[in-house]
Amino acid sequence: MADCQFPLIEAKALVRLDERHQAVLLRSTDFHLYPGDRVAITGASGSGKSVLLRALALLDAPTSGQVLWHNQALTHARIATYRSRVCYLSQRPALLDGTVEDNLRFPYSLTTWRHLAFDRQRVCALLAHAGKAPGFLSKNAGDLSGGEAQVLSLIRTLQSDPDVLLLDEPTAALDPASSGEVEALVRGWFDSASAHAYVWVSHDHAQAQRMGARRLHMDAGVLSGVGQA
Amino acid sequence: MNYQNLSATDLAIAASLILINGALSLLLRLGLGRKLIWAAIRTVVQLLAIGYLLGWVFAFAYWYVVLPLMCLMTLIAGLSAAGRGKRTYKGQRVDSIVSVWGSSWLVTALGLFAIIRIHPWYEPQYAIPILGMILGNTLTGVSLGIERMTQELATGRNTIEMVLALGGSRWEAAQGAIRQAVRAGMIPTLNQMTVVGIVSLPGMMTGQVLAGESPQDAVRYQIVIMFLIAASSALGTVGAVLLTYRRLFGVDHRFLRYRLEQR
Repeated sequence: MADCQFPLIEAKALVRLDERHQAVLLRSTDFHLYPGDRVAITGASGSGKSVLLRALALLDAPTSGQVLWHNQALTHARIATYRSRVCYLSQRPALLDGTVEDNLRFPYSLTTWRHLAFDRQRVCALLAHAGKAPGFLSKNAGDLSGGEAQVLSLIRTLQSDPDVLLLDEPTAALDPASSGEVEALVRGWFDSASAHAYVWVSHDHAQAQRMGARRLHMDAGVLSGVGQA
Repeated sequence: MNYQNLSATDLAIAASLILINGALSLLLRLGLGRKLIWAAIRTVVQLLAIGYLLGWVFAFAYWYVVLPLMCLMTLIAGLSAAGRGKRTYKGQRVDSIVSVWGSSWLVTALGLFAIIRIHPWYEPQYAIPILGMILGNTLTGVSLGIERMTQELATGRNTIEMVLALGGSRWEAAQGAIRQAVRAGMIPTLNQMTVVGIVSLPGMMTGQVLAGESPQDAVRYQIVIMFLIAASSALGTVGAVLLTYRRLFGVDHRFLRYRLEQR
């Protein structure tokens, strides 16, 4: 594939200081994510894993450095499109009032999603992948368990078939069964196209080993390879 | 029917009613004694002072006397609107003053020039009390609006970032909070409008009636004032909430949560 030589996302000398106290959260970091990449980042809490992921999702502005998408700098006008293709998933799923289906339909109300339409069949296929019956759709979002909420949040993102997932400890608060469902969903999405790529942040080394083909470690704001001399 | 003037003795009799509050405070051990005395003194001193000041301004009905006074009133209203709420951000004072000022002066101008049509426009007998009533209500709307907005943003961070992460614009992410905040700011005025005349007789109308105006005429003034107040507090609230939105969301569709500070 011709575009394989270009990274999907490239971070150049990304630095982030805390806005109030100027403490260093992320030291100058270069990072590339290629199509087909499965990156796992481990590290203690507070080491800067989430900081990097949130910077890649453009949720926090880097103090210096930049993020390129398909080798191009991101202008303000392209940020929303970028975020709809490079999707960040937080550890704590945010659900809206209403049913599961209401939550799944919500993104289509956003301008960036206007050209897409809610696809019940696709959603049901995703639900089946996570071991959920279609009846799950009519459940009240407020009654979901932590695991169900995270599955819903993930399907809400996956239904538009994004290019990249940035997963910020998505299973940290979940029981093993729910973690398995989340991993299965991500694996299913990854395998469905060769250009998909993800970054999975985890403090669980076994999970990092399962989900990551390329493993990185974050320590005090410094990103380094694992198992490389 | 004559207008009954009140002497200093009359005032003293009325003021002594504070002893009822004092007795209750002692009896129920509310510990409000000091507060009661302070409140009583402030009521008397502040009102006597404004009485003298207005008397003086009414005697010198020049625009260069009335206008600075109106500016001062607006500034104080803007500052006190900024002083409430648990959370704040850099620039909140400016936002609050700007929205109070813009909305109240626009609506007061409309009232003085287009509806009441007084000459000259700065006739203090009209300009000052009308601006004062509008300011009082606008300040409530603005402070409730900003307070609710900062509260919604602080507690709703997860949802806001979820919308942004799905590709939503900053406007789409903030919409829910904006709507809640504008509602919160407008509701006191709407409540007031629905019960006016039934549960409460507004002070201005009562005052006009006491001064010998016919109730029908007094009511007409009150209707005009209610709508001026409603318009100004709505405009002020929307302005303040939108200014808050601009401070806390970047043009690059980021939620600048670190700008929110606990007071």
